[in-house]
Amino acid sequence: MTDKRELQKREAELEKGVERTRETRVYAPAVDIIEKNNDIVILADMPGVDENSVDITLEKDLLTIYGKVEPEIPENHRLVVSEYEIGDYQRTFTLSDEIDREHIRATVKDGVLKLVLPKAERAKTKKIPVTGNA
Amino acid sequence: MRDTYLERFPDPWKEFERMSRLLSRIASNSGKEFPPVNVWVNGDNAVVTTEIPGVDRDKIDISVSGNTVTLRGSRPASDIKEGESCHRHELRHGNFSKTIELPFNIDANQVHAVYKKGVLYISLPRVESDKPKKIEIKSE
Repeated sequence: MTDKRELQKREAELEKGVERTRETRVYAPAVDIIEKNNDIVILADMPGVDENSVDITLEKDLLTIYGKVEPEIPENHRLVVSEYEIGDYQRTFTLSDEIDREHIRATVKDGVLKLVLPKAERAKTKKIPVTGNA
Repeated sequence: MRDTYLERFPDPWKEFERMSRLLSRIASNSGKEFPPVNVWVNGDNAVVTTEIPGVDRDKIDISVSGNTVTLRGSRPASDIKEGESCHRHELRHGNFSKTIELPFNIDANQVHAVYKKGVLYISLPRVESDKPKKIEIKSE
């Protein structure tokens, strides 16, 4: 890991006028978004989250992921070095019409959420054969 | 008659101060390295926790030497084939290595590590021979 990327998690942005009800920090998970031929794949780092603690909601064009983290604190231990903080995760993505919304799949493994957004049939890349004669 | 002052030896407050000094020095050195860690202490046991999502459990290497513990691991880059494109590339990939110094020598045989939900928990007890001993003074 030679890059000098920021080690600290970025706090999630809140819409104006919206307040949180849970007394916890909320971070925007780092993501990779990869466009494949038939799907768009979103990978989001959400350490502390498993398949039971992540919520995915789709409202109109907005796809929101929310991961709830229950911090596991070593019993009877005192925190003496703190280089990272623990909190929930939230991030919202805008979807285009080209996504088949009925078939979005989500899995979580080792704290990484994987969302597979299949492209709608008409949005898939089509190879147009080029023929020699007009 | 028992001497209550000697019974309190070694002074727990001094011990606490010594640990705090050591740990704050450690923290200032290691804070810039990936992965960030939290260190928890309870007397003769330390717990190091760190968030390293997406790492294969078999690719995590923990080694202990004296009062240091070294974490090594690697995370493969997202698989992108020809014709595919990456719109966002924020995840951290590649190798990492970080050494954490504890204020006591570690009993390497008693170290326990658990990796779940992308979080690594390592329990590191102090080696018996390193624990402060109370010296009994016998009267002749």
